[in-house]
Amino acid sequence: MNDPKPVISCRNVWKLFGPKPEAYLAGIDPTVAFDTIRADGYVPAVRNVSLDIAKGEMLVIMGLSGSGKSTLVRCMSRLIEITGGEIEVEDRVIGSLSEKELIELRRNKMGMVFQSFGLLPHRTVLDNVAFPLEMRGQDIHERRARALEVIELVGLAGREHYFPRELSGGQQQRVGIARSLAIEPDIWFLDEPFSALDPLIRREMQDEFLRLQAMLGKTIVFITHDFDEALRLADRIAIMKDGAVEQCDRPDRIVMNPATDYVAKFIEDIEKARVVHARALMQPVNGHALTGAPVDGNKTISQLARLLVNDDRTALPVAAPDGTVMGVLDRQQALDVLLGAGE
Amino acid sequence: MTITATNAPAPERTETRLRVAQILFAAALCLAIGRFALPDFLVRPPEWLILPFADWINAAFAFVRDDLGLIHVTRAFADGLEWVLDVTANLLYGKNRWPRLGPIPWTVIAITAAMIGYALNGWRLAAFAGLTFVWIAVMGQWQWAMETLSVIVVAAPVSVFLGLSMGILAWKSEGFRKILNPLLNIAQSLPHFAYMIPVVVFIGVGPKAGAIVTVIFSVPPMIRMTLLGLQKVSAEVVEAGHMAGATRWQLLRYVRLPTARTEILVGINQVIMQCLAMVVLASFIGMPGLGQKLLQLLQALKIGRSIEIGITIVLLAVMLDRCSKAWAMKQPVHLEKGASWLTRHKLLVLWAALVVLFWLLSLAFPLLHEIGRRDALSLSEPLDAMMDWIIATLDPVTQWLRWFLIVWVLVPLRDGMLWLPFSAVLMFLMAVGWAIGGKRSALICLAYFGLIAMSGWWDRAMITVYTVTFSVFIATLIGFPLGIWGSRSEGRAKVALLVCDTLQTFPSFIYLIPVIMLFGVNDVAVVGAVVLFAAVPLVRYTIEGLRGVPASLIEAADMSGATRNQTLWNVRLPLALPTIMVGVNQSVMFSLFMVIIAAFIGTQDLGQEMQRALSSSDVGKGLVLGLAVAFMGLTVDHLVSVWAGRRRKALGLD
Ligand SMILES: Nc1ncnc2c1ncn2[C@@H]1O[C@H](COP(=O)(O)OP(=O)(O)O)[C@@H](O)[C@H]1O
Ligand SMILES: [Mg+2]
Repeated sequence: MNDPKPVISCRNVWKLFGPKPEAYLAGIDPTVAFDTIRADGYVPAVRNVSLDIAKGEMLVIMGLSGSGKSTLVRCMSRLIEITGGEIEVEDRVIGSLSEKELIELRRNKMGMVFQSFGLLPHRTVLDNVAFPLEMRGQDIHERRARALEVIELVGLAGREHYFPRELSGGQQQRVGIARSLAIEPDIWFLDEPFSALDPLIRREMQDEFLRLQAMLGKTIVFITHDFDEALRLADRIAIMKDGAVEQCDRPDRIVMNPATDYVAKFIEDIEKARVVHARALMQPVNGHALTGAPVDGNKTISQLARLLVNDDRTALPVAAPDGTVMGVLDRQQALDVLLGAGE
Repeated sequence: MTITATNAPAPERTETRLRVAQILFAAALCLAIGRFALPDFLVRPPEWLILPFADWINAAFAFVRDDLGLIHVTRAFADGLEWVLDVTANLLYGKNRWPRLGPIPWTVIAITAAMIGYALNGWRLAAFAGLTFVWIAVMGQWQWAMETLSVIVVAAPVSVFLGLSMGILAWKSEGFRKILNPLLNIAQSLPHFAYMIPVVVFIGVGPKAGAIVTVIFSVPPMIRMTLLGLQKVSAEVVEAGHMAGATRWQLLRYVRLPTARTEILVGINQVIMQCLAMVVLASFIGMPGLGQKLLQLLQALKIGRSIEIGITIVLLAVMLDRCSKAWAMKQPVHLEKGASWLTRHKLLVLWAALVVLFWLLSLAFPLLHEIGRRDALSLSEPLDAMMDWIIATLDPVTQWLRWFLIVWVLVPLRDGMLWLPFSAVLMFLMAVGWAIGGKRSALICLAYFGLIAMSGWWDRAMITVYTVTFSVFIATLIGFPLGIWGSRSEGRAKVALLVCDTLQTFPSFIYLIPVIMLFGVNDVAVVGAVVLFAAVPLVRYTIEGLRGVPASLIEAADMSGATRNQTLWNVRLPLALPTIMVGVNQSVMFSLFMVIIAAFIGTQDLGQEMQRALSSSDVGKGLVLGLAVAFMGLTVDHLVSVWAGRRRKALGLD
């Protein structure tokens, strides 16, 4: 995860909507307030964003609706031209790719899943999934075989001759996912893929998604406005407000150390114990007398709740999955997190 | 998100607007009352104001036609078209041209129509389509109907292709779109005859001229629907296409056009209906077929026979409309996996088998191949008898009505309209414009009618204005209560809308049959036809407006203890009014078209002059007259859309 070379790297990316945005951007100070830009008649959808996404990482972008999440992701895939800054994908500045190179990149490296699915209504499931392969000119037998493979992967086998409108919402999004996976992309963008679905189906789709990710190990940028979803999925979370990234970090670090007031308010209602892992609370061993069985560092505090309440040690050893002790957990501190004390 | 500044009109702005309008209105009144004291140049457009537009247009036409040699291009194009027309003419009614295979037996065509109907919408449409052709054959109208259809089957595809290409171009290039839009607005308000004259000049008369005028007339809606469809494709679908690595061409071909399918098919439906309407009217420029027959029979006052032809035209119209609409609405349905070739193409196979069967049968039984005039049935005798009886019974009423309308309403109104000084009319229109849309609208009204004054056809134009105004007024008196009645229950509204839809598919010519039957050939018949034609959109939009009021508002009114009538007058009607005004707008447009068509049964307005321009192939005059009519329509269109737009905003309807 800490690959030195990021797959996607954004540096001071800006996107303004309005007349002649480049000229306007050149004339302002990059730290200028959101409201000032709005008052000048521009919509700052993305403001001075710098981010690196490592290979195999799942970055979740969160924020209220209108905070610029979709725009940022569309800048990364160059569906939208940025106004300022630079975006590199696999060491290539995508802003300077020619149309042909860009099409090549999308045909081979990128997949995207959309909130309202974006399926072609006149094509069957099979032909929708095979569409990206068709665009790059693969012959019909090959692309059908590959499409069937991914359709099976997302659990739609047997429905390949259905038309989108004959499917439920969850099934349609499975088609969207299958289509984005057909070309075996390295980078996978998902723009609120599950928010148009019912809560039950959403849960099921998240599980499905985790299964796929465990199998495929892609670099993922996932957008959601649902914190629970973010917590279930993310390696790192970037929280956006008014086009700017307020904080970008591991979920437990965000919960324990919110960088701004906005983030603090945002996470107010979150049960910290469900987010924070034992590993995140542990301190170095130095001098503590360690007794008894160690706890698993990768478990959250709420998963350890019963043990923490019933145990009577003041300090518990924390072990890595392979059993080596990494540090100690102060039981009192862990109980505070569990009971939400100190808020 | 837009910045929600206070863009509701400030009250004082509205007030000054109305104040100015009042002043203008008072001025118009003064001009009218003080007519006797006015100098001549305020009573009628003076000589120096009238510009020889017609000569300029003729000169321009002569230049492109002869000096630029466009005539050779158009003739070459027309010759190409004629070749295709000859092919369809041979196939459908056996004209002696290549490929000399026809005529196809009528039974084969009927069964083909039925199969198309079945494939598109099941048994009922199949029966309707099949029986339409049976009726045509049995009534001995096969030749004429096929003459008409042989042009439509060529004109409609050409028009669809042209419209699709221009729609795509307009979608791609904003500049083109900006030029095209006003041109389309004018084109769609030009009366049919205005299209015919230039075609006669360039092509001559006959089927190919008929085909070309049909193509030109039916292209605009296709352009509009293509543009609309392409603009409506959802952003996500296009983005999905981009992410799939589609090139621009692939995006258009595989993503945008297929996704815009419904709008494009609705465009095709409109093209087909416009084609039928125009082909029937093209009888005025020597296009043979149902239209020509109907024209001859009407002029000879053979009512029974004209009703037979009228029924055929109506059946064809409804059939073409239902089939193309069903095509537009048809959604793809998946087939079971592993379906064999035969099951996947079972309709095609069945059709082929039936064609072979009927072809063989028609070889054995000539009546299944062709029904000659001698073997044909005719309802004309009983129809004539019935009509004679109806007319005789109604005669006292119609006589009196005719007398009353002509002596007490039409003539005084016309004289009054002609008496008005033109300056008063312009001033009045500016007052209306200012009251509705402020300075801009006032200037637009002035420009349109000012141009009409400068064309030199003021008196004729005023007669048209009076006929249309009076007819729309009567149409409102009839259509509005009918609409309210029709909107009272869901079931009633459905039936009424279906009837209106069906009536709207009829080519305008059809509406002349009953009025000529009842009133003979005179002004009253013209007004009658216009009223009938104009009432349909009024009923339709009144129902749609009233039914479209949000249910929550009605519930709120019910809970406030409003009676049905109180709800109607205080809630439903105010909210429905913008929609109803759209109906009024359409009603005015339809009236203008109808007045001009009705010219051939005797009017003294622009339409009569248009007929003369047509018979003397005077392009300049024809276009000037056509534009005068278009400008009237555009004035009303502008005023109504400004008013309805503001009203909708004020009511928070969109
Ligand atoms: N094409 C556009 N033109 C103008 N403003 C836009 C456009 N697209 C997005 N915006 C604005 O940019 C801001 C961010 O939008 P978006 O990225 O869609 O937010 P999110 O996905 O977080 O809901 C919003 O205020 C939106 O109105
Ligand atoms: Mg979004």
